[in-house]
Amino acid sequence: MNQTASSAAVAEEAAQYLTVNLGSEEYGVDILAVREIRGWTPVTRIPQAPSYVLGVLNLRGAIVPVLDLRLRFGLTREEYTATTVCVIVMVAGRQFGVVVDAVSDVVEVAPSGIRPVPDMGTTVDTEYLKGLTSVGERMVLLLDVDRLLQPQDAQMLDAALAATDTKAVA
Amino acid sequence: MSKVDLAQFHKAFHEESLDGLDAMEQALLALDEGAEDPELINVVFRAAHSIKGGAATFGFADVAAFTHVAENLMDEVRSGRRPMEKAVVELLLRSGDIIRDMLSLQMAGQPGASAESQALLAELSAMVAGGSAVPAAAAKAAAPAEAIEGWDIAFRPFDYLLKTGNDPARMFRELQGMGPLSVSTDASALPPLASMDPTASYLAYTLGLAAGAKRAAVEGVFDWVDGDCDLTITPRVAAPAPAPAAAAPAAPAAPRAVREVATNSEASSVRVGIEKIDTLINLVGELVITQSMLSQFHDGVQDAQLEMLRQGLAQLARHTRELQESVMSIRMLPISTVFNRFPRLVRDLAQKLDKKVVLDLRGETTELDKTVLEKIGDPLVHLVRNAIDHGLEVPAKRQAAGKGDTGTLRMEAFHRGGSIVVEVADDGAGLNRDAIVAKAIQRGIIASGDGMTDDQVAELIFEAGFSTAAATTDLSGRGVGMDVVRRNVMDLGGTVGITSKYGQGTTFTITLPLTLAIIDGLTAAVGEETYIVPLVSIVESVQVKAENVRSVVGGGELFRFRDEWLPIVRLFDVFGCSGPRRAVDEGIVIVVEGEGTRIGLFVDELIGQQQAVVKSLEANYRRVTGISGATILADGSVALITDIAGLVRLQGRRKAA
Repeated sequence: MNQTASSAAVAEEAAQYLTVNLGSEEYGVDILAVREIRGWTPVTRIPQAPSYVLGVLNLRGAIVPVLDLRLRFGLTREEYTATTVCVIVMVAGRQFGVVVDAVSDVVEVAPSGIRPVPDMGTTVDTEYLKGLTSVGERMVLLLDVDRLLQPQDAQMLDAALAATDTKAVA
Repeated sequence: MSKVDLAQFHKAFHEESLDGLDAMEQALLALDEGAEDPELINVVFRAAHSIKGGAATFGFADVAAFTHVAENLMDEVRSGRRPMEKAVVELLLRSGDIIRDMLSLQMAGQPGASAESQALLAELSAMVAGGSAVPAAAAKAAAPAEAIEGWDIAFRPFDYLLKTGNDPARMFRELQGMGPLSVSTDASALPPLASMDPTASYLAYTLGLAAGAKRAAVEGVFDWVDGDCDLTITPRVAAPAPAPAAAAPAAPAAPRAVREVATNSEASSVRVGIEKIDTLINLVGELVITQSMLSQFHDGVQDAQLEMLRQGLAQLARHTRELQESVMSIRMLPISTVFNRFPRLVRDLAQKLDKKVVLDLRGETTELDKTVLEKIGDPLVHLVRNAIDHGLEVPAKRQAAGKGDTGTLRMEAFHRGGSIVVEVADDGAGLNRDAIVAKAIQRGIIASGDGMTDDQVAELIFEAGFSTAAATTDLSGRGVGMDVVRRNVMDLGGTVGITSKYGQGTTFTITLPLTLAIIDGLTAAVGEETYIVPLVSIVESVQVKAENVRSVVGGGELFRFRDEWLPIVRLFDVFGCSGPRRAVDEGIVIVVEGEGTRIGLFVDELIGQQQAVVKSLEANYRRVTGISGATILADGSVALITDIAGLVRLQGRRKAA
C-alpha cells in the first residue's frame, strides 16, 4: 500500500523528458511539448532567416519551420541524411521542428533532481537551459524549448533584418 | 459556477440574436413594402421573443426590458389589434438597431442604456399605451374570432422535451394565469419503473382553459416547445358548435404546417467554427497530394496484375476531388448574407435625400468564400452610398431628364469564368467627364484630358489623390474614397472597373476570386528554388535583351518595357538564393503590378501555371518580407508565394535611399 502511494506521488511530481543527442552531449526536451519524431526530409529555405532556421516543411498541410539545434548552438553539421532526426515540438500554439543527431531515451525527472546549470562554458548558451540532471551515470541538460525560436529570437531577427535592409539600400 | 457556465453561451446568444435581428429587419422591410403575410409578422415577433428570453436568461436586463416593450407592440399587431402602419414599421426598425447596439455593448462588456435607447423606449411605450386606449381596433379583431368561451388543448410532449429546458408545469401555471384550468394526465405511455428514464417525458396532457383568452396568448405559452411536442389547440365555441372534437384537428392544421416548414429550415444548418473547417480543408488537401503521389507511382507500373490497383487509384482520384470540392464549399456562403443589409440602407438613404429608389437585387444565391464576403461588404456599401447620393437624381431632376421619377439601383452577382462578378449599377446622372478632367488637372493627376477615352477618364476617380474633403456630408462625394474601394478589392485579389454614360447611369463591376484559400499562380524557378507569383498581379512575361537594360548608380537595373522604364527586381538577390546567378538575358522578366506600380521580377525560368492552396507562414513562423504565404506542391514539398505589393514597397524603399 505504502509503495503504491509513494510511487503515485512521484509520478505526480516527476516530468518526462525525451532525450536527444547532440555531439557527445545529451539534452532533454519536455515530452509534453513533443508532437512527433520524424526522419529528415528536405525543407524549403526561407529568405532572410537566420542560419540555424533551415527552412519550412509540410507537416500534413501545416507549414512548419525547422531549426537545427547544432547550428543553433554554434556547432557545424556535416550532412543531412535519412537517419538525421527531426523532433516536432509545439510551444505556445506554434509548431516547429528541431533537428538533432539522434533520439535516445525517455527519462523521468523529479523537480528535486534538477540542478541549476553552472556557468562553465558548455557548447550551449545557458540561457536556453532549464537545468541539468543526472540519469544513472549520464548527465542530461534540460532544454527550455520555449526559448529556442522566440520571442527574443524574433526581436533579434527583426534587428538583424533591419540591418540587412539598410545594407541592401546602401 | 453558474456564471461561468452561462458566459460560454454569450457568444452563441449574441450570434443568434444578430441572426434574429436580420430576419426581423427583412420581414419588416417586406411589410413596409405592403406585403400582407401573417407569417412575416410572426417572424418579427418570434425574433424579438427569442432575444427577450435569451437576454433575460443571461441577465442582460436592459436588453430584455427594451425588447419586452418592442415585443408588446408587435404582439398588438400580431393579434390584429393594431394595423401594420408605416409608423410602426419605422419604430420597430429603429428598435432593431437599438437592440443590435445594446447587444454589441453587452458583448464588449460595457452594458448600459443609452439616452437614445431611453428615448426610443419612451416612444415605444407611448405607442403601446396609446394603442390599448383605442378599443375600436381590438373589437374589430375580436369580432370575427367568434365568441370563444375557452380552449381545449391536447399536449403530448416528445420524450426529450424536458432536456430542452422546458417544464410543462411552468407552462400550465402560465395558462392558469389566464383563467380556470383543468388538467388531466394520460400516463398510458409510462414504462415500468425499472426501465424508466428519469429525464424523459412520458406523460400526455389534456387541458381545458375555461376563459376566452386570445389564440395568440394560448399559443404563446407553447412557443418554446414548438416542434418538440404534438399540440392541438381547439377553441370551445359557444352554442352552435356541438361537435368541437370532430372539427378540431382540421382547423389548426394549416397554421401548424407553416410552422413546421419554418422549423425544418432552421434545423438544416449547423454552426461550425471556421477553424474546424480549415482543419478539414487541410486534411483533404493532404489527401489530394497523397493521391497524386500514388498516381505518379502507378504510371510507371506495367504489371497486368496491378490493373486493380490502377482502377482503385482512379476511383480514389475521383472521390478525393469530389471530397475536396464539397469541403471547400462549406466555407462558401451565399452573397445574400452581404446583400441583405442593402434594402435597409437604400431605404434610409433615399428617405434622407428625398429620392425615390428601387433596389433590384439579383443573383443573391451566388456563393463566395466567407473571408471574401466579410471584406466585400464595406466597399459595396461605399459604392451604394455614392450611387444614391450622387448618381441618382431627385425626382424633379429625373423628370426633367425624361426619366421616371423612381431611380433603379441594381446589385447583381454572377459567375464569370473562375471568378465572381458583382455589379452595382444605377440609372442616374452618370459621370460628368468635363468635371472629372477639370478636377484631375486641378489635383495634378493628369496634365490634360485630351486623347483620353471616356473609360480612362472614369478610371481617374480611383486615383488616390482624387478624393476631396470638400464634400462633408455624412454620405460621400462621388469619388471620395474610391481609391479605398479599389484597394480593398485588390487586397482580396480582385479588380474593380467602371463604365459610365453621362445622363444614363454608372456601373461598377467588381471581379473577385472565388476564394482566398486558393490562388492561381505561375511557378517560377529561381536558383535552385521554386516560387509562386500570383497570376492576378501579372501584367506580362517578357524576355529582355541585354541592350534594353541600363544599370543605374547603386547597382539597380532598369529595362525598357514598351515606352516606360521599369526597375528589375531580381528574386535571386532579394531572397538570397544559392546557385548560379543568371545574366539578365538568360532569364525571364515577369512584369507585375502592385499598389499601382509596375516592376519587373527577374526569374530564371517559368515552370508552369497551377492553383495553389494558400497556407500561412505566420501560423508557426513569422512574416517574411516579400513572401505572402506558402503552398504545397504536387510532390509534397513547400513553395513560397511572392508578395507583389511587399516587393514593390521594398523596391520603393531602395529607390528612396
